[in-house]
Amino acid sequence: MSHGTEAPAGADFEPTTWTGSARRKWMRTLPPEKMLPEHQPSYVASWIYVFGMLTIVAMIVAIVSGVVITLGGVQWFHESSTGKFFNSTHYWSVQLFFLFMVVHLWGKYWMAAWRGKRALTWATGVLAFLTAVGVGFTGYVITTNFNAQWIAFEAKDVMNAVGVGAVFNVTNLGQMVTFHVAPLPLVLVVIVAAHVLLVRKHGVVPPIDAIDHDAVAPAAETETSEVAS
Amino acid sequence: MSRESRKAREAFYARPWTGPNRHYDILKEGAIALVVVSVLVIFLSALFSSPDDPALTFKGWAADAPDNFYATEVQQLAGTSGTATYGPPYNEGDGVSVGPLTFQKWGGVTHPIDTANDFVIAPLSSQVEPNDVSAALKTWNAADPKQQTDWATAYDDAIQATADDQGALHLDAVAKGDYGPVPDLAKGVLAMAVSGAYDNAMTGQGQFFQTDQTKQLLLMGDGSYMDDKATELNLQGNTWGMMNEAGSWPGQQWLAFTSVWYQLPMFNAPDDATGITRTLTDNADVIIAAILVVLLIIFTLTPFIPGLRDLPRWIPLHRLVWKDYYKKHGRQSA
Repeated sequence: MSHGTEAPAGADFEPTTWTGSARRKWMRTLPPEKMLPEHQPSYVASWIYVFGMLTIVAMIVAIVSGVVITLGGVQWFHESSTGKFFNSTHYWSVQLFFLFMVVHLWGKYWMAAWRGKRALTWATGVLAFLTAVGVGFTGYVITTNFNAQWIAFEAKDVMNAVGVGAVFNVTNLGQMVTFHVAPLPLVLVVIVAAHVLLVRKHGVVPPIDAIDHDAVAPAAETETSEVAS
Repeated sequence: MSRESRKAREAFYARPWTGPNRHYDILKEGAIALVVVSVLVIFLSALFSSPDDPALTFKGWAADAPDNFYATEVQQLAGTSGTATYGPPYNEGDGVSVGPLTFQKWGGVTHPIDTANDFVIAPLSSQVEPNDVSAALKTWNAADPKQQTDWATAYDDAIQATADDQGALHLDAVAKGDYGPVPDLAKGVLAMAVSGAYDNAMTGQGQFFQTDQTKQLLLMGDGSYMDDKATELNLQGNTWGMMNEAGSWPGQQWLAFTSVWYQLPMFNAPDDATGITRTLTDNADVIIAAILVVLLIIFTLTPFIPGLRDLPRWIPLHRLVWKDYYKKHGRQSA
């Protein structure tokens, strides 16, 4: 039986277990000052940067309202004003989620945000968008109204054409409800989490043609009000 | 930019930032964003509510377009409906393809639908019918498959022959012929639909629990009833229907990258078109899916594709984002 003492916090220790190795790797990759920074580069000062956060909080509101809807079931909103209200909050949070996400995505494209070994961050962002499309789609086909009828009827042709209709049956309400409330949102949350961790790991990409401040003589720096790193 | 200078710049962008910083509170920003978005969502919900056009029913179809419902049920018996001729995963057939690739056939028939039995005979057999319909059921069940097909096909042909220039059918003008029990079966199923019993039979499908709407949805789409309503609401694929929804709602605008392909003339050939346009239109779903897969791969790999990754430099919208930084610090010359 081992009676060893716990290694100190931080990345500066020799691990003796898998757990310790994982902790050291985590601390080296994402130390607390990277995970929860109190400062950001001075160029992180545009409204476009807000859209990533807006996307995440809209997703949170969509998840919370979706969880409430599951308590009443997919037909709740046809017969109850409370159900209708929560369906509406779910609907509008999803609309905002996609609006924010698309602005964020295009913003990052025009900022060439994949520079500096951030290609995986970009790819997880695209993947998150695609997964969100899947979540949104399964949401539409379980609304048990005319939209659901028509969208499922039309979408089945696409699914069948690409060969997935045999196992992913969009006209099967039970199957679509399951996909919409469990695996697809879970996959989306995992991808978004990975995306955020990659952003924290690599930091916010510098401006295109940013100055190498290490190569500039301190006297030449004109910074006044900003906080030194 | 030379390969060396590009590599040097990449290394610089990858380095931890050593320039000036500013205060930033990520949790405070998140909390404020959560409040703002929540308030906005509640405001939009209270002001606009959410879309909810009632689902169509067979009772509504039989009441609003009885001739179309009747003719569609005859097609189910004849095996000429959209569902009966669809192919996998509902029945045997080729389905759509892209070149030699027939993805639709790969999964096999996993949701078998026998349109004559599932849409006509089984629902009629699920309840007590008037004498003429009961007799028609007995006659149909006693006949061999070829006889059944001959009756139903002859009647289907006779009905379709009454179509006018606008495609409207005139059941009172159907030529006399040997149609066996088919007219009585179709009459019986129409009466069942008018009463509302057909909805129960189709949604329940003889079971207590039922969550699979495949059969009734495919049947609903075989006639013109649902299609006409979708057209009226601008929900057809060639009118951006993929990203619209019933009524004046934002719809699924995020599907614009998919919907745009369905607007192209090459995927909207008229019914009498032949040749390559016919092939492209008939196989539009799988061809567009293939195009999207390629485009999405390209989009995902943007960081590695010359030209695509350089557009943000050539069209310098980024100067708006970082205008304060550039104003204060200038730009690194390439």
